[in-house]
Amino acid sequence: MVPTLYYIVLSAVLFTAGVLGVLIRRNALIVFMSVELMLNSANLALVAFAQARQNLNGQILVFFVITVAAAEVAVGLALLVAIFHTKRTTDIDEISTLKG
Amino acid sequence: MELVIFFIRAVVAVIGAVAMLMSRNAIHSALFLLLNFSAIAVLYLLLRAPFLFAVQLIVYAGAIIVLFLFVVMLLGAERAEDERDQIAWQRPLAAVLGVVLLGEAIYVFFVQPGTVVRAPTAGAEDFASPDKISAALFSTYLLPFEITSVLLLAALVGVVVLHLRAPQAQANGSEPLSELPTIAPEPTVPGEVVRH
Repeated sequence: MVPTLYYIVLSAVLFTAGVLGVLIRRNALIVFMSVELMLNSANLALVAFAQARQNLNGQILVFFVITVAAAEVAVGLALLVAIFHTKRTTDIDEISTLKG
Repeated sequence: MELVIFFIRAVVAVIGAVAMLMSRNAIHSALFLLLNFSAIAVLYLLLRAPFLFAVQLIVYAGAIIVLFLFVVMLLGAERAEDERDQIAWQRPLAAVLGVVLLGEAIYVFFVQPGTVVRAPTAGAEDFASPDKISAALFSTYLLPFEITSVLLLAALVGVVVLHLRAPQAQANGSEPLSELPTIAPEPTVPGEVVRH
């Protein structure tokens, strides 16, 4: 039986990698992938806690998170394609129309 | 034995995550993310969550990564981003903040582990078998489950609306809405693929 702590530490490491991806990378697609990575690390922590407490609710929540993530990816990628059609770039530094 | 599998999969997951950050090519990033997702799927299996293992593989590794790859290839966004940065201090600051975040998490988990993480209770092996999950999903969580279908429908409609409007706004911003179905987005797609 693997201690729950190991899963939580792995989840923290993956979450930090996702945060760094959002902060460092300029390509909007990779920023999006980093967000997915963070969602996944949170899911891993939820499943680990669900197993530690023998409670099903954590896994149900992960199921809903995965569903919402799928919807979010579909809409977000559609937005990216729409932005690309007008701006011809996926660089988030170039997309600064709201800057005033 | 479980510990060995856990460490192998954990190392694979971390390598996948870091390689996704580091690779200059967006397609490589998506494939490393796929590696990460499949490693996490195996961890779900170790955590006695076979249903989530299947869902992770089907939805994340199957659908979401394919969607990412499709969009990356469609946009031709796989080329490396240029090195120049509009805010010069952003990357060092991001690295420092990342280290602080990780250190904070490690501190909480290792210095005061009792407050956050309990020891795992050895319970039933199949406490989360698919039939128990479905029983909970269709009784206690029936309303959220139904709302999920509305959410997916909204996402579907949103994507269709976005893709109908994008080429039309480029061609002529004042086209009436009733003309939308005649403007198919397909003609722009082969041009994009050929151009890159």
